[in-house]
Amino acid sequence: MVDISLRVNGSERKVNVSPDTPLLWVLRDTLELTGTKFGCGAGLCGACTVHVDGAAVRSCSTPVSQVAGKSVTTIEGLSANGLHAVQKAWIAEEVPQCGYCQAGQIMEAAALLAKNPQPSDEQITQAMSGNICRCGTYERIRRAIHRAAGTGGAR
Amino acid sequence: MSPLSRREFIAAGVAAGAGLVIGFYWPHRSSPSGGTFAPNAYLKITPDGKITVAVARSEMGQGVRTSLPMILAEELEADWKHVNIEQIGASTLYGDQTTGGSASVRTLWDPMRKAGAAAREMLVSAAALEWGVARTSCKAENGAVVHTTSNRRLTYGELAGKAATLPIPTDPPLKQSKEYKIVGTAVPRIDTPSKVDGTAVYGIDFRLPNMKYAALARCPVIGGKVAGFDDKESKKISGVSYVGKISDAAVAVVADSVWGAMEGRRVLNVQWDEGPNKELSSTGMMDGLKKSASGKAAVLYTAGDVSKASGRRFAAEYQLPFMAHAPMEPGNCTAHFQGSSCEIWAPTQVPQDVRDSVAAAVGLDSDQVKVNVTLIGGGFGRRLEHDYGVEAALVSKAANTPVKVIWTREDDMRFSTYRPASYHRLSATLDGQGWPVAFSHRVVMPSINIQKGFPAEDGTDSEVKEEASFVYAIPNTLIEYVMTETPVPLGWMRSVNALQVAFASESFMDELAAAGGKDPLALRLHLLAKDEDLNGWSSARMRGVLQLAAEKAGWGKALAPGHYHGIACFASFHTYMAEVVEISMENDQPRVHRVVGAMDCGQVINPNILEQQIQGGVIFALTNALRGQITIEKGRVVQGNFDDYQPIRMNEAPVVEAHFVQSAESPTGAGEPPVPPLAPALCNAIFAATKKRVRALPVVS
Ligand code: FES
Ligand code: FES
Repeated sequence: MVDISLRVNGSERKVNVSPDTPLLWVLRDTLELTGTKFGCGAGLCGACTVHVDGAAVRSCSTPVSQVAGKSVTTIEGLSANGLHAVQKAWIAEEVPQCGYCQAGQIMEAAALLAKNPQPSDEQITQAMSGNICRCGTYERIRRAIHRAAGTGGAR
Repeated sequence: MSPLSRREFIAAGVAAGAGLVIGFYWPHRSSPSGGTFAPNAYLKITPDGKITVAVARSEMGQGVRTSLPMILAEELEADWKHVNIEQIGASTLYGDQTTGGSASVRTLWDPMRKAGAAAREMLVSAAALEWGVARTSCKAENGAVVHTTSNRRLTYGELAGKAATLPIPTDPPLKQSKEYKIVGTAVPRIDTPSKVDGTAVYGIDFRLPNMKYAALARCPVIGGKVAGFDDKESKKISGVSYVGKISDAAVAVVADSVWGAMEGRRVLNVQWDEGPNKELSSTGMMDGLKKSASGKAAVLYTAGDVSKASGRRFAAEYQLPFMAHAPMEPGNCTAHFQGSSCEIWAPTQVPQDVRDSVAAAVGLDSDQVKVNVTLIGGGFGRRLEHDYGVEAALVSKAANTPVKVIWTREDDMRFSTYRPASYHRLSATLDGQGWPVAFSHRVVMPSINIQKGFPAEDGTDSEVKEEASFVYAIPNTLIEYVMTETPVPLGWMRSVNALQVAFASESFMDELAAAGGKDPLALRLHLLAKDEDLNGWSSARMRGVLQLAAEKAGWGKALAPGHYHGIACFASFHTYMAEVVEISMENDQPRVHRVVGAMDCGQVINPNILEQQIQGGVIFALTNALRGQITIEKGRVVQGNFDDYQPIRMNEAPVVEAHFVQSAESPTGAGEPPVPPLAPALCNAIFAATKKRVRALPVVS
């Protein structure tokens, strides 16, 4: 067990965990930020996606020691009031079904739009194909990203 | 261990049309107090105007937390803005609370309407009394009662106290479909905001003070047992507080974090007694199904005499593999056993079954077990089981602590209950004009219900009978079922047996179209031409969805070069569904561009949620049609994670167009009916493109 400091959703946090603990479990169990989800534990589904220094990262496959001193953003910290442009678009397009994958989808989409504010269909597919949705919400995810980007998507 | 609720529920489904599916009654939860109006267990109105609707089904993405309250709110003439929901756990007030069989809206349509209507009538009476005017001069609208001549208005909150003192009408008048203001509109889902800001609490997110976490080592061989274990290495992992055998087939590792429990399990050394199935393989089982095909069969449906038909005869064999639900939220359950009581928090579709099986497992009575229902991160039938509840309760009892058992993805894949593998023999006779005059389909498949200990009806599984629907007017028809056995644990997976039956039957229908020189749509419409009731199904409604799907897809019109259409239809869960799939072939593999679905499920409650169900059902079915199969070798499930059981991702997801028939018929199921037609429509498109017939799933193996 070691002390590790990281910045989570804007606040300094110190945790005392085994350094190989995946960031996912530190967020969920230690810091009680359960918006980030466990889906596969192997970097295959994207349910656990968070931002580390702004980039989308699979927290299930990232040992917490690797993010020491870095800035982590989870779904809870994406915006002050849950109304990031991507979240607003997700509500407008009524994307979620069971909703379990959606925190990861939203974090992935927000990272995409931060890098590329006007992604093409092809670029959306590229960026989002690491995120699985068993409820099959892909079409609405695509529409919501276009809506957030202001590149169509309104029905 | 096997409460019959799911069984009874299916039996009730068979009898639908014979009146209410669940008996309508007026249970009270508690006597109303403090001006609160709670005329029945489904509804509560407080003096501040807040309306709380009890949802006695589980929310797993299909939208019941929105659609069920909409039905009640419609009759109540409520202001939708004031409607809140209360999730009900295992109860004795609401009949069978199983969420499955696409039955929530169908079975609660009448109870929810009557609950709302009775309350509305009482609120109107309360206002009339309050004003001392004739009841007929008052009307309910938008959360208030208005006196039409004086325009005076009292809100439901203001009327709650008075209404609570009035007698409850037993047969309140119900609204006509054309009067609906809420039902039939795309009311935003109640659960959407919490699912985009991270605040939604699924089973896996629930926590208790001082709760511990557990991971279980389960025997990798089906039916195997724990022979012994050595916990020395596990105990060295920081935070591990307990290691112990909790059942014949599982050892639990309990720790103060999920990661500790997983690490403790990783280094646990268990010796397994692999038992009788250690040589079991799925290829061997398929051979067994083929051998059983000539065995004793139960007749599911018959017309005329197939042996008497003369003409050109055709025959084909089809087969499907085992499949796994793989919902995004891996299995989990939280339990707190405290000697004479046990409380459970479960993402479950069967709270009452969890309650009863937990009680039996830990030695309590059912009324000593409380089961709370959390949000479910995808069910698809996996949460119709209750294994996760029993395990969690046993671990809590053994380790004497509140505990959450967490399954990894590999646990979820390998210790699931699977859609049964099946083998199908079909034959048909075409007359001189190429029209089918005889059709037979023999389904060979183990029975989910019989394996689970539910009794046979007329020597067969009545659920298979119900799901093996056949809607075509072919004068000589024989649908049969050879029931086999397997040690592989079986489960109800989205659309259950309808998927296997539809793949074989609707693919073979396409073969007959080709053999008889008919257009696949024209052949189907010909067999549905006369309005009739066939085996409980309406030919007119099936024809309606076929025509709608074909028209919207542009069936028969020119497509982009290299693009091909396939069509299929199937009736299941009281609903009619047709799909047209558009593909092209790339490197010998199909690429699915567009799927047009048309559904007739009677009265549409919420078109937005219905569209979600059609889109989701198509994508779900596409995973298994293309490559999602479970294989078994040496008694073990081979697939473990999303690298070898690969769901459709965005790069393969087609555009899915959802269309539905406008109807005032009572609403029927929507979650499962979109699934069965997809695989045959896809494979029929592959035939159109390549002249090659796919007779075994998955398409890509
Ligand atoms: S849980 Fe991290 S990618 Fe699936
Ligand atoms: S909404 Fe259910 S997994 Fe994506």
